[in-house]
Amino acid sequence: MRRLLNTLYVTMPDAYLACDGENVVIRVKDETKFRVPVHNLESIICFGFAGASPKLMYLCSERGVALSFLTEYGKFMGRVTGGISGNVLLRRAQYRWADDPTVSARLARRFIAAKIMNSRALLHRLRRDHKETVDSLALDKAITWLAGTADRLEKAGNGDVIRGVEGEAAQVYFSNFNQLILSQKEEFYLFNRNRRPPTDRINALLSFLYTLLAHDVTSAIESVGLDPQVGFLHRERPGRPSLALDIMEELRPHFADRLAVTLINRKQISADGFVVKENGAVIMAEDTRKEVLTAWQKRKLEEITHPYLEEKISLGLVPYVQALLLARHIRGDIEDYPPFFWK
Amino acid sequence: MTEHYLDEDLLLLSGIQHMAFCERQWALIHVEQVWAENVRTVEGKHFHERADDPFFDESRKTVRIVRSMPLVSHRLGLRGVADVVEFHHSKPEISGETCQLKDREGWWRPLPVEYKRGKPKKDGRDAVQLCAQAVALEEMLGLTITSGCLFYGETKRREAVEFTPALRQHTMELSRKMHVLVREGITPKAKKGKRCAQCSLVDDCQPYWMLRHRPVAAYLARMCSLEADEQ
Repeated sequence: MRRLLNTLYVTMPDAYLACDGENVVIRVKDETKFRVPVHNLESIICFGFAGASPKLMYLCSERGVALSFLTEYGKFMGRVTGGISGNVLLRRAQYRWADDPTVSARLARRFIAAKIMNSRALLHRLRRDHKETVDSLALDKAITWLAGTADRLEKAGNGDVIRGVEGEAAQVYFSNFNQLILSQKEEFYLFNRNRRPPTDRINALLSFLYTLLAHDVTSAIESVGLDPQVGFLHRERPGRPSLALDIMEELRPHFADRLAVTLINRKQISADGFVVKENGAVIMAEDTRKEVLTAWQKRKLEEITHPYLEEKISLGLVPYVQALLLARHIRGDIEDYPPFFWK
Repeated sequence: MTEHYLDEDLLLLSGIQHMAFCERQWALIHVEQVWAENVRTVEGKHFHERADDPFFDESRKTVRIVRSMPLVSHRLGLRGVADVVEFHHSKPEISGETCQLKDREGWWRPLPVEYKRGKPKKDGRDAVQLCAQAVALEEMLGLTITSGCLFYGETKRREAVEFTPALRQHTMELSRKMHVLVREGITPKAKKGKRCAQCSLVDDCQPYWMLRHRPVAAYLARMCSLEADEQ
């Protein structure tokens, strides 16, 4: 399997990215702070308004390194990409499938089935590991209820019904999310899932992790030649990476939610690493962001056995594998799309 | 019957070596537009950059060396660039095998030379590429080329390649198949073989999906069943 390369996160607002031969160089006030050969990189993500030289952008495009710019709070602003490449036949097939309600519904069911099973697995794991401390009765109810949605989902004929099932499942899952938090319970409490702006620390943390995941999934989709904006579950809207959001569904619980819970439970992040604005909006502080980025990058190096391929890969390659499986399904190599399940 | 492809249908000549190596590899690169650089391809690129340096004396009286010569063959439907075409001075004129050069006196016989990083390969894919170049040159210069040379970086040796009817036939068949795959938008199914080990596209190809195919329906049923995590 392909090797997972590093992602370079640039968080210093006065950093300037340049290139020197085959190296990516980070300069601060004309002083070289960091240097890495481009072939070691998967992508570069700049937080804040760091500068980058056109020559570096050229190098990144040529080598397929995704170069993205985010605001210092993690909002996606833009990305440097080469010309439209990849297989036009694949994209045409993707568009035709997206226009076909039957095919779209089938794929949407796959993403959501895996999402529900994976969020259920997260609740299940917690009940098993912390029998004494958790409210087992409430968890049991949620776990059983989530399992029951599988049937309803399989019978769901169109996107609206699937989105309805998904919405209810998310409601049940997030209403039990606080049970996953075993320490710092006072400071980290999820009232309900919200994001614009996040109004509690968990929401701020989840939103940030979802941004990182969206970046990885979008790059993966582009690297296999699919169009990240044309999805099967998420409706198209200009600027929205609908297909990335589709594939993200199945990855959210294991990639983002579980990491958020771990960071809080292990006290790797604390309440004072967040700024609460006068209007209730919550923003992550610089140090917390760095801590989360480090943990995210470390998590991606973990080895797992991919449930469909039955092959050992690093967790960070899962978005690429899922995008590739979808592309190969659309081009007729496999008869259906096997989503990622975490067991 | 002789084919005649239009300009808009021309494919990359260098792709014929991928086609000779593996049809699926060719389709992944030229139909799917997947391109994975590995050590081998990067080294090959650097090697070619060096090959573009003049290491022959261009002013020799009996040889004229032309580098990076654009080529096209409408019969094969291929276009590309020859690394090097040597024009060897010929006295006297050999009818049908020599041509005249601008600002040069006498008759000259073209000899295509292709530079390869590694060593000679058993499957003859380099010979096919060279032959396609020769066919293009023949078409453009209106003559017949009987042989060319492959220069291997590892052995630092030239190997002469004879353009036999069999090699020409094979070259023609491969290019015809390339055009069929592009026209129909087909990516052939994988066939796993020893060559997969030296293929830079193995991660995008995933040949074993086809060989140890696991039905997705059974996978979904297994993953959505609750027994596995209830213990």
